[in-house]
Formats: sequence, C-alpha cells, structure tokens
Amino acid sequence: MLRLNLALIAIVLVSALGAVASQHKARKLFTEMEREQERMRSLEVEWGQLQLEQSTWATHSRVEKVARERLHMKPPAAGQVLAVEAVK
Amino acid sequence: MKFANSPLLSQLLPAWRARFVAALILLAFGVLAARSVWLQVVKNDFLQQKGESRYSRVIELSATRGRITDRAGDMLAVSTPVKSIWAIPEDARLTPAQARELAALLEMDVRELNRRLAAEKDFVFIKRQIPPDTASMIAALNLPGIHQQREYRRYYPAGEVTAHMLGFTGVEDKGQEGIELAFEEQLAGKPGSRRVIKDRLGRIVEDVESIRPPQEGRDITLSLDAKVQYLAYTHLKQALADHKAKAGGVVVLDAKTGEVLALANLPTYNPNNRLKLTGAQLRNRALTDVFEPGSTMKPFTAALALEKGRYRFDSQIQTAPGRLTIGNATISDAHPHGMLTVAQVIQKSSNVGAAKIAGTFAPEEMWQMFDALGFGQPMKLGFPGEVGGRLRPHKTWRPIEQATMAYGHGISATLMQLARAYLVFARDGDMIPLTLTRLDSAPVAGKSIFSAQTAREVRVMLEMAVQPGGTAPRAQIPGYRVAGKTGTAHKLEGGQYANRYVAAFVGLAPVSDPRLVVAVMVDEPSAGKYYGGEVAAPVFAQVMAGSLRTLGVAPDAPLKPVQVARDAALVPESL
Repeated sequence: MLRLNLALIAIVLVSALGAVASQHKARKLFTEMEREQERMRSLEVEWGQLQLEQSTWATHSRVEKVARERLHMKPPAAGQVLAVEAVK
Repeated sequence: MKFANSPLLSQLLPAWRARFVAALILLAFGVLAARSVWLQVVKNDFLQQKGESRYSRVIELSATRGRITDRAGDMLAVSTPVKSIWAIPEDARLTPAQARELAALLEMDVRELNRRLAAEKDFVFIKRQIPPDTASMIAALNLPGIHQQREYRRYYPAGEVTAHMLGFTGVEDKGQEGIELAFEEQLAGKPGSRRVIKDRLGRIVEDVESIRPPQEGRDITLSLDAKVQYLAYTHLKQALADHKAKAGGVVVLDAKTGEVLALANLPTYNPNNRLKLTGAQLRNRALTDVFEPGSTMKPFTAALALEKGRYRFDSQIQTAPGRLTIGNATISDAHPHGMLTVAQVIQKSSNVGAAKIAGTFAPEEMWQMFDALGFGQPMKLGFPGEVGGRLRPHKTWRPIEQATMAYGHGISATLMQLARAYLVFARDGDMIPLTLTRLDSAPVAGKSIFSAQTAREVRVMLEMAVQPGGTAPRAQIPGYRVAGKTGTAHKLEGGQYANRYVAAFVGLAPVSDPRLVVAVMVDEPSAGKYYGGEVAAPVFAQVMAGSLRTLGVAPDAPLKPVQVARDAALVPESL
C-alpha cells in the first residue's frame, strides 16, 4: 500500500512539473508568435509605403517629363510607323 | 507553592464568563461568514473584473482601408499609418525652449501651439496626420502631457489627374466623395478587438478571446486605365488653356465592355492637399452637370429615321433656304445648304434637315428612343451626386420642341450619358450598362435599340463628318478610321440662350470594329473659337490616338489620311 502511494505521489509530481514546464513553453512560443505578427504588420505598412513611393515615382506626368526632357524621346510621326500584319 | 496547589484554581469562575467568550467567538465566526458571503456572492463579479483588469487587456486591432487600383493594378489610393499628436493641456507644462522645439518639428507657429495648449479642455489635437519619422522625433523629446495616436491617412499618387473619379476621404478615413464614397462599404475596414493576458513586462502571454476579429477593407479594382486617364487629363488641360475655357470634361469608354476607361474634369484639385477647395473644383462635371448636347444628338434622329424606314441613307431633304418656321419660332442653319441626303445632314450638321426628319416622328416614338438610350434618368453607377438630365414626357411636347430636340436643344444630359448613348453606334445597335469597376467576365447581354444595319449606316455618316466637307476634319487620326459628331450649344442662362457656348465632340474608333468611345466637352471657350469642330474635336483626336496606341488597337486605315474632297466647301460648320 505504501509503495503504491509513493509511486502515485511521484507520478503526480512529475505530471505537475510537466504541466508547469509546458505552460511556460507555450507562453514563450506565444510571445514569439506575437512578435512575428507585429513584424508582419510593420512589414505590411512598409510595403504600402513602398507601393506609394513606387507609384509616386511612376506618375505619368513624371515619366513623360523624363522621357521628353532627359531622354529626348517623342512619339513617332505618322510616316514613321510601320504596321506589321499578323499572319493568319 | 506549586501551581497545582494554587488557591486561585480552587476558586470557581462564574458560568456566564465561559458562555460570554463562546458567544464572542461564535459572533466572530458569523462576521467572517457574512463577509465571505459578501465577497464571494454579492461582490463576486466586481472583484473578478478588478482582478482581471490587473493582468488581462483588451487590445484594439486596427483595420486598413482597402486600396484603389486601376485596371492594371497601379495604385491610385493607398492608406498608410500616420501619427496624430494630442495633448492633455493641464499636464503639458512646456518650457519655452521645449515649445519652440515642438513647434519647429510640427512646422507650426509657436503662438498657435501655445494657444492650443492653453485650452480649457482635457484633450486637444495639436496636429493630425504627421509622417511617422517626425512622430518618432517628437516621441524622443519625451515631453510631458504630449501623446501620440495612430491614424491612417489616404494618399493619392496620381493627384489631380484622378481626383474626380476617386474623390477623397476625411480625417477619420471615411469616404466623402467619388469612388471613396460610392464604395465606402467595401473599402472601409472594421476595427476589431481581442482580450489577452499580459505579463509584468507587458508582453502578451495568452490569448483569452477574440472579441471581434478585425475586417480589413477590400481592395477595389477600377475600370480606369491610368494611362488613358492621364492622356485625357493632359490634353483637356491643354485645350482649356488654349481656348481660355471655364471648364471641361472627357470620358473614355470601352465599347466592347462598357467599362469607363477615363473620366477627367477640369478645374480639378489635388486630393492630397485640400486646403483651398472651391465647389467648382470639386464638381465632377461629367456626371453631375448637365448641358444641352446640341448637334451631338442629330445622329440619333437620323438613326431613328433609318430604323423606322421613313428615310434611307441617301434620301433627299430640302434644307434651302436654311430656315424653317414652326409655329412662331424659326430654326436656322449656320450656313444655308440646298438639297442634302440624310448622311449629309449629319455631315454638315444641318439643323433644318434634322428638324424636318424629326417632323415625321410621333412624339412617343422619339421619346421612347431617348428613354431607351438612357436620357432623362441617372445611370445608377452608384456615383454620388449623379444626375439624369432632362427629358420631358412626350405628351407635353409642342411641335417646335420636338424639332429642337432633333438637334439637341430642349433636352439635357451629362457627358457620361452622351458617351454611353454613342455606345449604341459602336456596338451595332446594342446598349450595355456602364461600369466603374473592372469587369472580369463578359459584359451582360445588351439591349438592342437599333438594328446593326442602322448602326453601321450611322457610323458611315459619322465618318463623313470628320472627313473633308464635314464639320470636324480636325478629329482625324492618322492610321485609324474615326467617326464622330460635333456639337456647339448656346448655354441656357435663366431660361434664355446666352452668347456663351458649350463645345462638344463625341466619337468612336476604329470604325471597322469600334473599340473606344470618347466624349469631350469644353465649357465656355472664350479665345475666339467656340465650334465643337475647332475646340473639342482636336482634344478627341489626341485622346483617341493616344488611347488606341496605348491599348494596342490595330490600325484600320492607311497611315496617310485619305484626302477625298467630297465637296468644294471646306468650311467647318456646326450648330
């Protein structure tokens, strides 16, 4: 009887320590997940800002200005276009 | 003396003392029991709540407003977090140096800052929506009573080019105009919240419950093509400057799908900086302003005549001497013509010819056509402030009114309605609903208004109008066959026609397989020229040429425009 009781006490102790350890681990992992999610959100914000920056740089008026003034481009005149017919 | 022999022991105590002590102890137990009932039963909820509030926290989860993109996915409106600086005036005891530093960072006047801090309130906004890097510099100053709050701000990279189409949002990130308002439901995100347990260091250690999951705003893909929109905007702007006009609008429609590819209005505003906004700048003229479309309505009169079989393409109509009296009113042509075919009535834009054709219609027939084309009622695009123009019931029409309606007076429409009505000619007689968002499936089946034969014949007439001898040779585009109609309408002011004009041009291209419909309206050109063929047609040609090239539409004409002199007279006419 005594031996059984001792064994049961030992099992209960081990189980209790296990519960504490796993709870601690769960909390640690959870904090880590929270941190990663926070990072995800801030990266999303950054992505939005970069998209904004990209579309600001790619504004059509700016593209046209650069093309005309810096690269000296111009639309082809009527006589300079050669239409290539698709072979059917 | 031994304790056991103490005489005190033999002395008997009175019985009441023992009972008194027992009663006291019982009473103490009773008090304890009552207290525990009080705490565990009566005040239980309150205490549990207090305990929870020591470790559990409700966290607000913000939701971002959806983005608006053009049909190719280019960003047109993006929300990005910014900070707002607010203060508790009572706590904000700043030294003059600190106040100067803060004001400099916020780009504010120090006196303005001090005035706000002197307010008799618990909460004042000092400056809203400042960039995150400035906010972190302010946070680094560590000023007492100065706090920050995260908010969203909407940016419009294309600025004034897309201003009227997109509209804008207020400081609370709610739509106030345009698409932002029309699609508020989809765009707006719903912030959520959840309850968590935080440890001593403020880290979240456990998720208790999700009270409300946040709902991110949905992105909206418009039918707009940013390149076509830019072309429409720049060419319209140039035309307004050249002709010293008051206002103007351009609408570009995809004839195959009914999608709105561009909608430009002037005057416009910069939605990123709305400090000095006037009502005139805000108006989305293409959808909320009506005008009398003038001669641009004549093709519908001709189409109805062909459809009813009363006239053929080449039926002769006598328009001499260029005047027609109905009742006590006289209709006149800008330049008198003689015998004209129906096609020439459109080509030369003869009012008398159009009125004579309309004279053969029953008012009901004509009204039904206008109604089927969508005149007189809003298009239900969901755009705020959209109007439907005026189309009076046919029972009240007098003969003179029916005659003037044949050439677009006494009826009013928005530019968008006019452009949509021309879809009928571009789609072989079919009418389809317009859409502001990109269609990912084939458009709904159209409603047939004219036969394909009629629509094709009207296209030929419209093509004649842009050729030499027509009213708008300047609408030609090298490489493409173009068809269109000019309109020059006197403006109505207080019920009277004034000497101010609205120049318009509506056209389609390529004629062999129409892809685009472009409508141009210029309000009050005042640099001398005011005919639709001189003011609006060149804008049409530039926008159409650029759009066809951008969209990769194959040319359907030899690159040199065919110069066939159909008539000796090359005078551009209108009205």
